[in-house]
Amino acid sequence: MEITLSHYLVLSTILFAIGLVGVMRRTNLLMLFFATEILLNAVNIGFAAISRYYGDLTGQMFAFFVIAIAASEVAVGLGLLILWFKRSGGIDLTSMTSMKG
Amino acid sequence: MEFYLYLALFSPLVGSLIAGLFGASKKTLFTGLITSALIFTSFVSSFMLLLHILGDGEPVHVEMMTWIATGNLYIPFGFIVDQVSVVMMMVVSLVSTVVHVYSIGYMDHDKSFNRFFSYLSAFVFSMMVLVMSDNFLGLFIGWEGVGLCSWLLIGFWYHKESATWAANEAFIMNRIADLAMLIGIFLVYWNTGSLQYHIAFPAFATLDSSTLLMIGIFLFIGAMGKSAQFPLHTWLADAMEGPTPVSALIHAATMVTAGVYLVVRANPLYDLIPDVGYFIASLGAFVAMFAASMALVNRDMKRIIAYSTLSQLGYMFVAAGLGAYWVALFHLMAHAFFKALLFLGAGNVMHAMDDELDPFKMGGLKKSMKWTWIMMTLASVALAGIWPLAGFFSKDLILEAAFVEHHYVLYTILLVTAFMTAFYSFRLVSLIFHGKERHKEYGFHPHEAYKFVLIAMSPLAILAVVAGFLFKGSYIEMVTTLLPATEYHLHSETTFWIMNIGTQLAVGFSIAFAYMKYENAKIDKKVESGFLYKLLINQYYIPYFYEEYLTKPYRELSSVAWKHVDLKVVDATVDMIANIFYETGEKTHVMQDGNLSTMLRWMVAGTALLLVLAVAFTVGYSVLVG
Repeated sequence: MEITLSHYLVLSTILFAIGLVGVMRRTNLLMLFFATEILLNAVNIGFAAISRYYGDLTGQMFAFFVIAIAASEVAVGLGLLILWFKRSGGIDLTSMTSMKG
Repeated sequence: MEFYLYLALFSPLVGSLIAGLFGASKKTLFTGLITSALIFTSFVSSFMLLLHILGDGEPVHVEMMTWIATGNLYIPFGFIVDQVSVVMMMVVSLVSTVVHVYSIGYMDHDKSFNRFFSYLSAFVFSMMVLVMSDNFLGLFIGWEGVGLCSWLLIGFWYHKESATWAANEAFIMNRIADLAMLIGIFLVYWNTGSLQYHIAFPAFATLDSSTLLMIGIFLFIGAMGKSAQFPLHTWLADAMEGPTPVSALIHAATMVTAGVYLVVRANPLYDLIPDVGYFIASLGAFVAMFAASMALVNRDMKRIIAYSTLSQLGYMFVAAGLGAYWVALFHLMAHAFFKALLFLGAGNVMHAMDDELDPFKMGGLKKSMKWTWIMMTLASVALAGIWPLAGFFSKDLILEAAFVEHHYVLYTILLVTAFMTAFYSFRLVSLIFHGKERHKEYGFHPHEAYKFVLIAMSPLAILAVVAGFLFKGSYIEMVTTLLPATEYHLHSETTFWIMNIGTQLAVGFSIAFAYMKYENAKIDKKVESGFLYKLLINQYYIPYFYEEYLTKPYRELSSVAWKHVDLKVVDATVDMIANIFYETGEKTHVMQDGNLSTMLRWMVAGTALLLVLAVAFTVGYSVLVG
């Protein structure tokens, strides 16, 4: 069976959905980062596949940017996470309600 | 001469501003002195201008600056000093100088001394603008300015409810008339293309009579308000709530004569519409008698003098309406002197009597207030029109004018009014100064006013005596270069003497009768229970009528509009809009529970909603377009 663009896009969608559910359901902050990574990489798959399909490198370049930004986001995010853990002794989302309106 | 013109015009303004700077602070004597000195400067400048006008008779006309210039409309800040305005300037500046000096004594113990002088000088400035302007709009500015100052001064003692009520009444009544005046001014501009007197007046001759009629009527309604003619007269008597110097200056000598000045100034217009002129004269005669009759029975010293003012304004309108403009202006001048004097004298009496106004509680004051007694008697004699005082010359001329023009009905009314005038004037003098000292029962300790106050009043006393025979000749010569120089001579010498001597005797009889009847201040119970007395003491029930049939229905209407329209429609709409936002916020703030997961879920839900909408709109759009 030949692998076509649709397969890649379906994979991308499935991964995105998994990421989205993770973002919404998880209460562990670390798991939330993982879910975000899944979301970003789902999009990256889409970019790379469509770029290959049209023979246009712009999509792949965009995927690199996303990887770079994801890496820096994780770096900053993990720093904040460690700081928060040192302060409160936990990284559970349900304990963070200081922004309650 | 331009220098004197600007000096006469602006020195009161400077005085007002200086006094205004200290308006909120405690009494400082120098504000009174400075404003008085500046008003005196204005008087001297006016006098220099008078000499100039008497000399070569060339009016001084200046354009200070452009005011409104747009399209075809051109109105400058222009001022003119001619034979008519210089008379008014002399009257205004002289009387106001006297009143300013008098007020230093009268307002001595008032804590708003400085504020008073600021208002008083502002009034003089407005009045100067009114009489000196060379166009209708400038006149209107002055007209509104004096209205404002009148409001401020009637309500000067604003902690008194009656004073603020009277101030508002005066202001609102004048607004009604001013609306008509404004319409008149618009019509002048619409039809002649200019508001400046020297362009508009010659253009009147080319207009058709119905237009002129409209202009004449509307301008006269404006004059009716300011000069308190029937049916807009009720404010003048109530205006007596203000301090007495204000009554003397504004509500006797100057502002209320502005209406007469307007008719005199617009004489080329009223000459073209004699019907309106005749109406003015008839209304004037009616008001003369109507007001005098109310003065006969009133028991408030200041109100009696106020009704007398109203009555004399009626006389002036008779003269102006019959085309005897110079006679009207002459009576205006003479009246200003003796009526201001009368009011200032009444002010002295009020001070002596701790602001008591009922003359029945006074009596015998001539012992303790000799000079006030002499001056008020002089003023009353002048008002009654006894030869050779000022009132004789001016009032007699009006009677003669009516007689010569064959308006015998008007003549008779005015003649009877003259007897009534003599009667009520001396009823007042007799009650205040003669007879037993009834005030002792009430525990008053009368004292004469300050000496400088009496000295300040003396120029008016002198003028009340001599203004008639001394000025008449030169006045006529001067003013008739500008106003129609109609001579009013009776054809037969005998008629003239019979009329004059008869009038004098009858007036003398009225005076003697008043003295006799009121020397003992007996209150005639039979008269007081009569219908006529009740009618007069209640001012013909006109204030009652206004209250019952105009004010109350209006208040009802306002209340209905407030409760049913304003509260239920306008307010409700505004409140509803605010409530929508408020309640939406109230209901949705639970979303903001501080949990990151919930927020993320909302974010996802929002994104999904936006996606759905985007798809729906795209699909819908392509379906619609095709």
